[in-house]
Amino acid sequence: MNRNLVEQRVLVVAKWASLAFFVFITAFPLVYMIALSFKDIGKILQEPSNFLPSWDELSGFETYRSVLRSDSEGGYGFVKFIKNSAIVALATVIITVTLGTLAAYAAARLNFFGKRQISAIIVLVYLFPAIVLAIPLFVVFSRIGLRDSLAGLSIVYLAQTIPVALYMLRTYFETVPKEIEEAAMADGCGRLAVIRRVTLPLSAPAIASVSLYVFMIAWNEFLFAFLFLQAERDRWTLPLGLQQLDTAEVAKTVLMAGSVIISVPIIILFFVAERFLTEGLTAGGVKG
Amino acid sequence: MIGAGAKAGPTDVPGRRRRAPRSLAKQDARIAYAFVAPALLVVLVVVAVPIVWNIALSFQDLRLIELQDFNFLSTDVSLDNYRRVTSGGFRELLLRTFVYAIAGTSVALLLGLWAALVVRKAFPGQRLVRGLLLFPYVVPVVAAALLWRTMLNPQYGIINSWLEGLGGQPVNFLLQRDGELFGIKVPMAFTVVVLFEGWRSFPFAFLFILARLQAMPQELGEAAIVDGATPLQRFRHLVMPELKAVFATIFLLRFIWTFNAFDEVYLLTAGAAGTELVSIEVVNWLFGRLNVGAAAALSIVLAATLAITLAVYFKWFYPKESLA
Repeated sequence: MNRNLVEQRVLVVAKWASLAFFVFITAFPLVYMIALSFKDIGKILQEPSNFLPSWDELSGFETYRSVLRSDSEGGYGFVKFIKNSAIVALATVIITVTLGTLAAYAAARLNFFGKRQISAIIVLVYLFPAIVLAIPLFVVFSRIGLRDSLAGLSIVYLAQTIPVALYMLRTYFETVPKEIEEAAMADGCGRLAVIRRVTLPLSAPAIASVSLYVFMIAWNEFLFAFLFLQAERDRWTLPLGLQQLDTAEVAKTVLMAGSVIISVPIIILFFVAERFLTEGLTAGGVKG
Repeated sequence: MIGAGAKAGPTDVPGRRRRAPRSLAKQDARIAYAFVAPALLVVLVVVAVPIVWNIALSFQDLRLIELQDFNFLSTDVSLDNYRRVTSGGFRELLLRTFVYAIAGTSVALLLGLWAALVVRKAFPGQRLVRGLLLFPYVVPVVAAALLWRTMLNPQYGIINSWLEGLGGQPVNFLLQRDGELFGIKVPMAFTVVVLFEGWRSFPFAFLFILARLQAMPQELGEAAIVDGATPLQRFRHLVMPELKAVFATIFLLRFIWTFNAFDEVYLLTAGAAGTELVSIEVVNWLFGRLNVGAAAALSIVLAATLAITLAVYFKWFYPKESLA
């Protein structure tokens, strides 16, 4: 047997073993999270290795009920957190995608003085450490009374997501052939009409994937919610609520139910639009 | 997302330009400014201005309770905050942050490469596996950290119950500074936070590397097979050189993000048991010691360190051909 054959056989085995390894390290935590979210905490304490819930536990939804019930009814008030998170995330998506699309179009297509500098600045922000902005924003927002509001939080998220949107959309707009726009202009369309009737419809998939990505960032964000809203239980977002409830008094099974609730929208969105998203994510990285 | 070598398109070829009337160009510029202004305004107000404020704050003596009567333009400045935050165990803190960022990024890169090589060729269920592999990256960090804390819990965590099944003792992974893994002494909690970071961000590396692998010309590999190159030879001489540029980009991006990261480690250990990072210390100055000025100073030190590190990396280590 020559070296080629040995390598090929070993690699086939290694490949399937590796595949099993990767499926295990990603699927097992997911299964464990879902299983534990239905489980009775007493049973888990008795027998940790038996983490799969019984039929009774599955159909009872006990943990989910207590995590969603408002705190005045002895629950943990997650409905409120879901509402807060949804408001912040949707506001961020709508504003970011609008502003980002406009700026990206200008950066990709129009000639103006300072174009390179302006888009460079905005993209640099994308790499800028959030922790450096945290302290001054905390101070100023406290002073002007924006700190403990959802609006204040959304404003901060805008600064983090606009650069991402700008970068992804600019890359996309550059791939739309200029000739299509020029043809429309030759037919008598003005610049704004071209954008509305030609460029935007062509870019719908890219805009959808950017919206999704921005939603994910805002929905998952923890640091600023933690810095700004800790004292205001009524305004906690889901990530903050989940972290604040992670104390010795709250059963881990209840927290797993909370984790499932926070993860489900993301996972659904992701599977619905996985192709858009991976293409959008890597669009800039694979050319050339 | 930052393009590894996205080539400039064939726009603006001189001589091919249409003879557009002057007014159209002017009109375009006006539209462009109107389009860019709102985005630029948000970025300036929420990023650029606070950076300046942060520098001002870092030279002043400001406690959390004095926020209301604070004056940004105060001339009462001193370097006390910088002295305060760089004394004591600062060197160890900074070193740990570097080790965390480099180790976390390396684990992510290696896992990402390995996964991309495994998933590259089509097989039944490939799409499902590819989607599954992105789970650690898309799941909210708070949920992921809670999940790990639960799995690693010494009383009822599944990892410890497996360990006991194998005849081991339960390990308090997240609260134990030193420990043993397979007979080797390791900083236990620190190793766990590095592995968590690697687990969470390997899908990012995986996506980029996979995209690059799939964009490689097929003919090259086929020619090498005809020439009798074994799979490992092909990997070393054909695949690896192609991936150099994408590695450099991923490493750069992940390093920047991991170096500044707060959420992952704070949510797992809150900086206990030898996992304290600079970013966590910044928040401790703010909420723990209620010293806003010192928190600002330390965050400036963090940003400056990163800037210097990047300058060194670009000057001596970054392969030229991978410039975005």
